[in-house]
Amino acid sequence: MSTMPPSHAGSRGSVALQIALAVVMTAYLWLFLQAKSQIEVCVLLALAAAAVFAASRFGLTRRIEAASRASPGAGPWCALLATLALIAAFYDVHYVLLLICTVLLFSTACLGLTVQFGYVGIANFAGAAFFGIGSYTIAVLAARTGISHLLLILLSGVVSAAIGSILILPVLRTRGHYAALVTIAFGVLFHTFVEVNNVLGGPQGLRLPGIATFGYAFNDGFELFDQDVSFYVPYALLSLVIFGAAYITIKRLERSWIGLSMDVVRTDETAAAAFGIHIARWKVVAFMLGNFLAGVAGSVYGMMIGFVSPDNFTFSDSLLLVSIAVLGGLGNPLGLVPAAFIVLVLPQKLQFIQEYRFLFYAAVVIAILLFRNDGLLPRRTRQFFNNEASR
Amino acid sequence: MNALGQYLVNGLMLGMVYAMVAVGFTLFFGVLDVIQFSHGDVLMVGAFAGLAASLGVSALGIGSPWLQLVAVVACATILTGLLGAAIARFLILPLHRAPPLNTLLATLMLGSVLRECVRLFYPDGANPNTFPALLPGSSVQLGGFALRVDNIILLLAGLAVIVGLHLLITRTRLGLSIRAVAQDGETARLMGINFGAVVLLTFGLGSAIAALAGVMNGLYYNEINFNEGLLLGVIGFSAAILGGLGNIYGAILGGFLFAGLEVLGSAALPTLVPDIPSAYKDVFAFAVVIVLMTWKPTGLIAEQMSERV
Repeated sequence: MSTMPPSHAGSRGSVALQIALAVVMTAYLWLFLQAKSQIEVCVLLALAAAAVFAASRFGLTRRIEAASRASPGAGPWCALLATLALIAAFYDVHYVLLLICTVLLFSTACLGLTVQFGYVGIANFAGAAFFGIGSYTIAVLAARTGISHLLLILLSGVVSAAIGSILILPVLRTRGHYAALVTIAFGVLFHTFVEVNNVLGGPQGLRLPGIATFGYAFNDGFELFDQDVSFYVPYALLSLVIFGAAYITIKRLERSWIGLSMDVVRTDETAAAAFGIHIARWKVVAFMLGNFLAGVAGSVYGMMIGFVSPDNFTFSDSLLLVSIAVLGGLGNPLGLVPAAFIVLVLPQKLQFIQEYRFLFYAAVVIAILLFRNDGLLPRRTRQFFNNEASR
Repeated sequence: MNALGQYLVNGLMLGMVYAMVAVGFTLFFGVLDVIQFSHGDVLMVGAFAGLAASLGVSALGIGSPWLQLVAVVACATILTGLLGAAIARFLILPLHRAPPLNTLLATLMLGSVLRECVRLFYPDGANPNTFPALLPGSSVQLGGFALRVDNIILLLAGLAVIVGLHLLITRTRLGLSIRAVAQDGETARLMGINFGAVVLLTFGLGSAIAALAGVMNGLYYNEINFNEGLLLGVIGFSAAILGGLGNIYGAILGGFLFAGLEVLGSAALPTLVPDIPSAYKDVFAFAVVIVLMTWKPTGLIAEQMSERV
């Protein structure tokens, strides 16, 4: 702490450091996403591992953390520009854009889980079910009604939260393992329900139209400067907007007194009650908000894939979402993106992992729980002030 | 009469398997206050070990089904018992001081590992495997109802396991140690009980019982599948929690209750509401579990606990 530079002199340097970091990361991701051969991917992975090791060995990690504390506004802008740059760089590669969208949407759903697990401490093992409710809602509503699709995306989130609200009473009344059971039971219930329900397509699932808004269908793709642009680009931009909005909301929430109340509810319910914090209120807010985000992400994902089936929303998929949240560091929204990247993109890129995908990520999560139990990027204690002097 | 009898036998059989899984959950929760969520997949591993043993024995040219059965049971229980002890030693005990969510998650993930290992590395593990019918297939006429001998044997075997477990817990030195550790681990250690050994033995014991349940399940349906453990685990966990975690009799009650709900769902739902197919039985059973949890948040036979402020 004492080595931290004074805030004025360090401010410009810290912005420069963050920009440099963003440029390096973008370049790396660009190389990684377009790497074709297995050897390239392996070399890049080894490079990343070496870089992470070296950064923590020579104190670079600490300097980056200090920089992001000194000028917290720069990081999100860098990340936004970096993502836009990546989308622009791969404007005609369907597959890479699909991966980017998937990472963004799953991260959005996991932001929801972060609020539930990381802030108020409700164990939700039915994440995939709420994701699926979003997909199914938009599938049914887009086929049967003429409501604007952008509105339907919000509506899917609302429906997801509303269906989740039938769990509120049991979730509030139970604790720990018992609460976990309620959500597990709901997840299994949802999967069996859509599988046997003929109205929702049964095991075959439903087809979805692509998103169409303001007279423009996303799936048509478009031409820009005489170049064919992939139809995934609008989806990627939409996913980025949704993720950005969710991220800002969650970050604001965390830094506000609401976040503080939620933390107290998680750490010690009895103490929270003794301090006059309304436990039930914050649990309900967190549970509804989390399911809303999962539903929104699910609806866009469904529209993008063009197809929903019960097999995408099993208990294993809920576990996949949970493992992203835990891998990123519980309660740390920033860690979700790299974690989602590892869980979702790495197996796609490393073909020999593909078949062993579930085995691989399950083993990784166990190793992390055993040896680095705060996740990849652990959540820091909240800091309300930027420099030492104001403490 | 015939249909009713079949429903009854089916329900009892399911209940026996569920109760045996739930007993494991509750044993583990009793000694360490953790949920070992890979329990269902340990059961599946046990069933596959049994299958491998039966194939191995018939490859040696031993045709007698009883000898095969002994080999199946021995191989399944020993292997799974060791697996359970290893899980406790290398996953549960190191995580003992971590938040409960971490243990829950780690064991859920271990379940995935076991499941994927069987799917990928067991020969033809990705498809349903036929479990050999080792029990006599004849049946006894009881009124208008034909009761199959293999069903009777399976039910009696399950009953014997549960009674045996009850005697072990209440009458033996090991049972006394288990109860002491379950009551208060620290004090038990001070009284000279080997804490680690008791924990490992309990996990081995619970897992071996799960393996027996897996073998029973395989013998009953003549088929085992790499992902059957997941649902059986969830159901066993539900049953254990319905009864109240940490209470063996609650777990047995919960197991039979859940089976009853499923049988009721598959039998009564189509007659009550004509449009609903019987496939909704799981939806019905889990919905009732959620309602029951709302009504009795800590299970039907609640754990005695109080909170000091």
